[in-house]
Parts: sequence; C-alpha cells; structure tokens
Amino acid sequence: MDFEAVIGLETHIELSTVTKMFCGCSTVFGHPPNTQVCPVCLALPGSLPLINRKAVEYTIKVALALNCQIQSFCQFHRKNYFYPDLPKGYQISQYDLPLGRNGYLEINTEDGTRKVRIHRVHMEEDTGKLIHSGLTGRISEAQESAVDFNRCGVPLLEIVTEPDLRTPEEAKIFLSSLRNLLQYLEVSDCNMEEGSLRCDANISVRRGDMDELGTKTEVKNLNSFRFLSRALQYEIERQKKILAKGGVIRQETRHFDATTNRTTSLRSKEMAHDYRYFPEPDLVPLEISDQWVDEGRRSLPELPGAKRLRFMEGYGLPEYDAEALTSSRAMADFFEECAKRYHRPKIISNWLMGDFTSLLNATDTAVERSKVTPEHLTEMLKLIDEGVISGKIAKSVFEEMFNTGRMPREVVEEKGLTQIADEEELARLVAEVIAENEKATGDYREGKGSALGFLVGQVMKKTRGRANPELINRLLRERLGGS
Amino acid sequence: MELWDMKGHQLAEMIEKKEVSVSEVTRSVLDRIRSLEPLLNCYITVLEEESQTLARQIDKYIAQEGHPAPLTGLPMAVKDLICTRGVRTTCGSRILDNYLPVYDATVIQKLKDQRYLPVGKANMDEFAMGSSTENSYYGPTRNPWNTERVPGGSSGGSAAAVAAGEAIVALGSDTGGSIRQPASLCGVVGLKPTYGLVSRYGLVAFASSLDQIGPITRDVQDAAIFLNAIAGHDVMDSTSVKREIPDYTKALVDDVRGLKIGVPQELMVEGVEMKVRDSVNQAIELLVSLGAFCEETSLPYLEHSLSAYYIIAPAEASANLARYDGVKYGHRARGSRNIREMYKKTRSEGFGAEVKRRIMLGTYALSAGYYEAYYGQAQKVRTLIVNDFRQAFQKYDVLVSPTSPTVAFKIGEKVDNPLQMYLSDVCTIPVNLAGIPAISVPCGTSDGLPIGLQIIGRAFDEETILRVAYTFEQYFGFNQSPPLTNPGVQLTEDQKSQVQMSGEGRRR
Repeated sequence: MDFEAVIGLETHIELSTVTKMFCGCSTVFGHPPNTQVCPVCLALPGSLPLINRKAVEYTIKVALALNCQIQSFCQFHRKNYFYPDLPKGYQISQYDLPLGRNGYLEINTEDGTRKVRIHRVHMEEDTGKLIHSGLTGRISEAQESAVDFNRCGVPLLEIVTEPDLRTPEEAKIFLSSLRNLLQYLEVSDCNMEEGSLRCDANISVRRGDMDELGTKTEVKNLNSFRFLSRALQYEIERQKKILAKGGVIRQETRHFDATTNRTTSLRSKEMAHDYRYFPEPDLVPLEISDQWVDEGRRSLPELPGAKRLRFMEGYGLPEYDAEALTSSRAMADFFEECAKRYHRPKIISNWLMGDFTSLLNATDTAVERSKVTPEHLTEMLKLIDEGVISGKIAKSVFEEMFNTGRMPREVVEEKGLTQIADEEELARLVAEVIAENEKATGDYREGKGSALGFLVGQVMKKTRGRANPELINRLLRERLGGS
Repeated sequence: MELWDMKGHQLAEMIEKKEVSVSEVTRSVLDRIRSLEPLLNCYITVLEEESQTLARQIDKYIAQEGHPAPLTGLPMAVKDLICTRGVRTTCGSRILDNYLPVYDATVIQKLKDQRYLPVGKANMDEFAMGSSTENSYYGPTRNPWNTERVPGGSSGGSAAAVAAGEAIVALGSDTGGSIRQPASLCGVVGLKPTYGLVSRYGLVAFASSLDQIGPITRDVQDAAIFLNAIAGHDVMDSTSVKREIPDYTKALVDDVRGLKIGVPQELMVEGVEMKVRDSVNQAIELLVSLGAFCEETSLPYLEHSLSAYYIIAPAEASANLARYDGVKYGHRARGSRNIREMYKKTRSEGFGAEVKRRIMLGTYALSAGYYEAYYGQAQKVRTLIVNDFRQAFQKYDVLVSPTSPTVAFKIGEKVDNPLQMYLSDVCTIPVNLAGIPAISVPCGTSDGLPIGLQIIGRAFDEETILRVAYTFEQYFGFNQSPPLTNPGVQLTEDQKSQVQMSGEGRRR
C-alpha cells in the first residue's frame, strides 16, 4: 500500500530587535544569567507590558514578504500555563487576530517551484531558560533547577504553514528558504545553535488515494536541519508501520531525542493544555494602519526570487549559479560587491561557489565573518589576468588570504609565487625535462599527443607551479617539433 | 482642633504659612495611630521612624526653598497593593508577606515629586478581593464609627485611617467599588477616576481592565487636589490615556443650576436599606433645591452588572495571580518533591479562601468549552452596559445613586455568604464595567453609621462630578467626626478587650 506523508511546520524565530517585546531590556545572547531583566520581564507585581514598535515593524515586513493579509485590527492574548520559565504564568501571544494570515512562500524543489501556504504569522514573547542539575537534565528528576530570565520576553515570531509539505526533503527546503528570507529581511539572525530559529512539525500519514488527512502528531525540538530530517523520517516511518499493521495513530505531542534519533510520546491529546486564551487587558488593541503597512512594503529589500532573476539577466549567470549565490543574502551581497570591481561575473561566481564555499564550510565560517573580502578576491583575479600568477597558484593564494586576511599581492610576493615569464629560463627547464624523459618524448614523437601533458606537468613541477602553462606548451612543441 | 482632625488643604495652608511644621502634623497623626491602631488595625505596616525622618527633611526643604506643593508633608496612608520601593507591599496576602518592591509605582513617583509623606501601608482585602477588609492575612480593620462593624473594602484600611485621623489622606484602588464603598461606610470622600486617567503601573493587578487608583479624603476639595497630583498619561501604562489634564480644583464651584441629573432605577434596587434610600432621596431634593434638574431614568442592562463582573474580574484575576508561584519571590512552601507540588502547596498556603474562590471561578470561566458562554457573554453584556451609560449621558450630566445599598455591616456577618457580600458592590460595579468616573460623598447617617451618595459622570469628566459633590458638601454639612475622633475619647477596657485579631500576618 502506498502512503503519503503530510507535514506542516511551526517555526519560532527570535527577532533581532535591540530590546525585548514588552520592555526595554537588551536581547543580546550569551550574557551572565539574569543580567538583562527588569520588573516587566521578571513579572514583578504591578509591572505592565509595552509593545515594542520595532518588533511590530519586523513582523509586518515578514508578513508582507510571505504574501500574507495584514490584520489591521490585531490583538494580543494571554496564553495561560504554569512553568518556571514563564514568570507571569501566561505568555503574551496572539490568538484569533494574528498580524498576518493566508500567505505563501515559494520554494524550489527538484520537481520545480512550489507554493507552501502560510497559515499565520504572529508575535509573542520568548520564555526564560531552565537549567536542571541532575543526571537527566529534566525537571522531573532534577535535584535543583535554576532559571535564567535573560531570554524571557525576547520578541518571537511564530510562522505556521498549512499542511502542504510532503517529504522531509521538502520540509528542509522550506525551512532553509524561510531562513534565507528572514535573513534577507534582516529581522533575525536565525541562528539555530543559539535558538533563534526553532521548529516543531505536525505530521500525519495517509493512503495515497485518500483526500482526508490522517491523525497527526506534533513533534517538538527539531532545532537543526539535521534533526528536522531525521525526526520527520523516523516519525513518518513509525506512523506508516502502525497503519500498515492496521493500527491507529494516537493524536499526541512527541519529543525528538537527537541521541537516539527517535520520537517519544510527551503527552496525549487528553493531556493537552487548556491555555484559556483571553484578550490581554494590559495592552490596547494594535491598529496596523495602511500607512504602516506601506512603510513596511517600501522598506522591503529585494527578495531572493527577484534577486535570482536579476542575477541571471543582469550578470548572465546560469540558473544554477544564480540560485546558489542568492541562497544567502550575505553571499549575494559579496558577489555584487565583487561584480562592481571585476568585469567577468561568471569567473567570480566560480570562485565563490567553488573554493570560497568549500573553505567556508570546512572552517564553519559565515560569509560575513570571512577574512576574504570582495577586494581580496577581485585583486587576485586581476593578478591572474595580468599573468602575474597562474590559476593554479591562485588557489593557494586564495587559501592563504582566507586564513590570514592578507592581500593577494602581499602573499604572492612574500612566497615568491609570481609566474616565471622569462622565456630563456623556461627554455632551459624545458630542455632539462626533455632530456630526463626519453620515453615520454619518444611517445610524443610517435604521435601520442597525451604525452605532452605529462611533460608540461614535469616542467610545472620544476617551477613549483609558477610557469605559464601556455608558454610551456609552446616551448615544448617547438623543441620537439612535429604536430 | 487637633491637627490629625483637619482637612488636607487646611493643613497645607498652615504648613505653607509656616504656622505648623510637617513634623508636628506627622507627630499628631502618629500619636493617633499609636492610640487607635490596636483597636482599628488600619495598617499592615506603619512607617513610624521613616515618616518622622522624612518629615524633618521636608521641614528643612520648606525652610530653605519655601514653596510646598499641595500634598507636601500631608500624612498619607497608601493601600498595600501599590508598590513602594523598599517598603514591603503585601496586598494583604501571606503570599507576599515579605515582598519588597524594587521600584515605585508611577503614582508614588508622582507623589514623591510633591514630597508626600507616607505614614504606612493600609490594610485591605487580600488582592483587593472583598468588600469588608475581612479577607486580610493581617486581620480585619474596624470601622471607626462602630468598631463592631466593617469599614467596607477592599480599601477599608485607607478609608478607616482617613476617618479616624490615622491619616489625613489616603490612596486606594477601585475595581468594583473598593474606594467608594469603604469611603461611604466610613463617612469620607472616595473618588474612582475614569479608567486610564491614573497610571496603573505599580498597582498590583486584580482585574486589569477594571482597576483604577484614586484618592480617599476628608472632603471634596482634598479629592480634587489629590487627583491633580496623580492624574496624567504614563508611558509605562499603555492603557493610560494621552490627554490634557485640567486643574480639578477649578471645578470646585458651588453651583449646580441647570445641571441635569438622572437617577437610575436599577441602582435603587430592592436590597437598598430604607434609611439609605431616604438619605439619597433627600440629597437629590437638596440638589434640586439648588437649581439642578432631576428625574428618574432607566439603564436596563445595569441589572446584569454583577453577573458580568463576577465573570470578567475573576477571569482576569486568575491570570494576574498566576505569577505567585513560589519561583521568583514571595512565599514558597517547604518540602515539595517536585514542581507541581511546589505550585500546589505554595498557592494553597499563600492565598486565602476568597482569592482561591475567585481564581477557580475565573479559571472555569475561561476554560475550553465555557469561554463563549461565560467570558464571551460577559464581555457582550459589558458593551451593553457601556452603551446604556453612553445613552444616559446624552441626556444627563451626572447620574446619582446610593454608593452602598447598606450602611456598615457587622464583622463576620457576611463572611460565610459570598453572594450577600458581593451585593455590597451592586451600585458601584456598573461604573467600573463602563470605565467611567464616580465619587462617593457622605449624605447622612443611619443609627450613627454613615451613608454615601454616589455621583457618576461621563468618561474623563471628573470636573462635573467634583462640582456636584462639592456643591452638595457645601450645603449638606456632614458631621465628619466618628465618635472615636471626639478629642479626649479614650478606649475603654471593654473596647480594648473586644479586639481579637483573627489575622495571622505579622503587622509592623
């Protein structure tokens, strides 16, 4: 029997505003515990929340970029539950009047472009962080628990999709497109390690010929791309097995354990919280004026899709290149800076997609933090064009620049990497090689063209790569005569 | 006349003219507190040392700088749910028994700018839930007019202190009548401003959409002076309204000619005592004799006020009180084995019966499947009540009614009958639901117990209700003094022995 998985994602994104959602405390990550707190985010008696305008602006931008309808009259609600990381005993969130609704995000899959519908985009506040002493790190078995409220009240965006995703791969593509979009909008750093992008998934499985959705489970704690795929794969398989045996899926919330790669039941539907939502009386309803929306629209940067097209049309790049370069705003900006300084876009693209990307990946470095700047790369490309260095040498120059941040000319001079352009010196080396490699020269003379490449390689070896390969080629042919 | 028995504005004038020092006024009030507190229990915390030190500083300031503000140096009682930095703020609850705020409420900051003089934190029903001040962890307050009777609530400590001379003026808060009803029962003036006129920042929340801070004073003039000091927009409170604040003392004109007064039948309800009804009717006659036009009117949805209020207020309270979980501050139960048990024990031990009752009511009303039937419906009723008032105010400048259907009742009389207790606020609650202002002024006595007249106004039209109240006060001439405040009266041994503090909390 054929089964089809149906997946919806619920993502939480910490907005990169300077201050928290409802107070003036700093949102900077990684400071000593409880140093970024005030009466409001600690829920001291008598304190009241104030809406952070910047966070609303960011949310408007995201809602627009996700093609949502903007709610002109939107409201905050209290979501009530007890937990030690939630100092008020309720979270200020949005309920039936979220800021954005009914949008979509286009993603590029192997089967082409697909629209993933966005159910809602809303604002809320983050919770504090609990640290449990004890072997399991869980509250139920903790000897002692400590709370750090620094994160408490950081603006959080919740983006919920419709159940439009079908495979773990698609889910991954969606999440990475969403992350890319948010980074383009500069509303969040979307750093999954620091928890500024978190993801839960709703998963169900149905027989291929059914229209109705199967019973879903919600899987929490999918806080990296790897976890997302693994958890989805596991959960889809688990549900398929149950259904194949004629079993029934229990509607429940499940937790993904990254060490075992399994999902385990957290609570059943019957045990689900009743959050007792009601309108937050401490905040007056938020009116999003047309003017505010227009300002948001005007402040939208060029989004990935548009940029991709422009890269193809404006720079004549192949679609593959345009897609790769625009998959992060930092990389796209890097490319454009290079293109301003150097006239051959495809050459730039090759270097960025090739050596640059592999070095970034190998060293786990973000584009923004790379020591190589557009100036480094374009200066180096000019050195190649001028014949100062060979393309092959350039690779090691580039690596040196990447590691040290020094300019190409400096690297080339200090290491003596300039090309040997002196024909006499090269001619002497060519003669040496011919003398040392009788067999290869014989082969060449007998018509084996491939032997020439070997001989060129030998000359290059003697020069440690500093010779101009075209020049060597010519000199060898002249010496050996023939074709 | 003793200093403690004078009006705030009289003392302010004497202080400004340097006829009396702030230290002398403070000493007089502190003496009064020392002699009466064992009987009345108006305070949870008395700032005996601090207030004298502050009084000396203020005297020094006046000597050097000259100009005191209208509230400078007037001994004030502050209801114990208004945050005062470094001075414990208990809300009348065990759960905050040792809670020291790290910041001042906005009203306190404003009063500090006027160099106010707090003499203590006033007793109250726990988290302002109650109409008799019997629901305090620190024991009940007694009514200075008759110590077997309640002072009303929840600002009972504040009202009793002002009536008895244990404070010259007091800060209260009003969610369903908590300023006006105790003011009425203690024979003083209580003003609930329009929702949004006075900042709620630092007022420990009971029901956020209804709570409002206001003054309790000996006369209308003091109320206007006090309102001048605390009204105004506050960036820290999104529900506070940006608007020009008038000088409320300018409204103190004894002239009601041509003013249209409506008397809602729904507030002259069945439960209103005969003597209360008579006094209110006489008050109306007096206003008519002074040139006001007056007629009966009907606001039909008002009869549903109590039902709507007892859904909305507990619903908001159930969320507002969730923060008292033993994690961050306040009481934490000992010996819990896990977090659920800690929550359960902490809140079971920390909250009193009435608070628990309302948390349960509110939690139930918001629960899945019940929300629409209760909370949703109550909000609709609230809208209808708002409309009723809006329509009435197209026709009338003010509405009048009794503040409380009864005079002060006996301590213990209604503690076992919450519904009976809730009816104490039947005339005041509609005003909170509509967010409009109202003032209670004394309009007579029944068997030596004060009766209050409630004057209700349009939103942000505190000026008109002050004007009507002021005019009435000028011509009515209420005898302010409860028997206790007759100079020279000493507590008899009998009176002293009847004092049995039932509260467990330690007063300071």
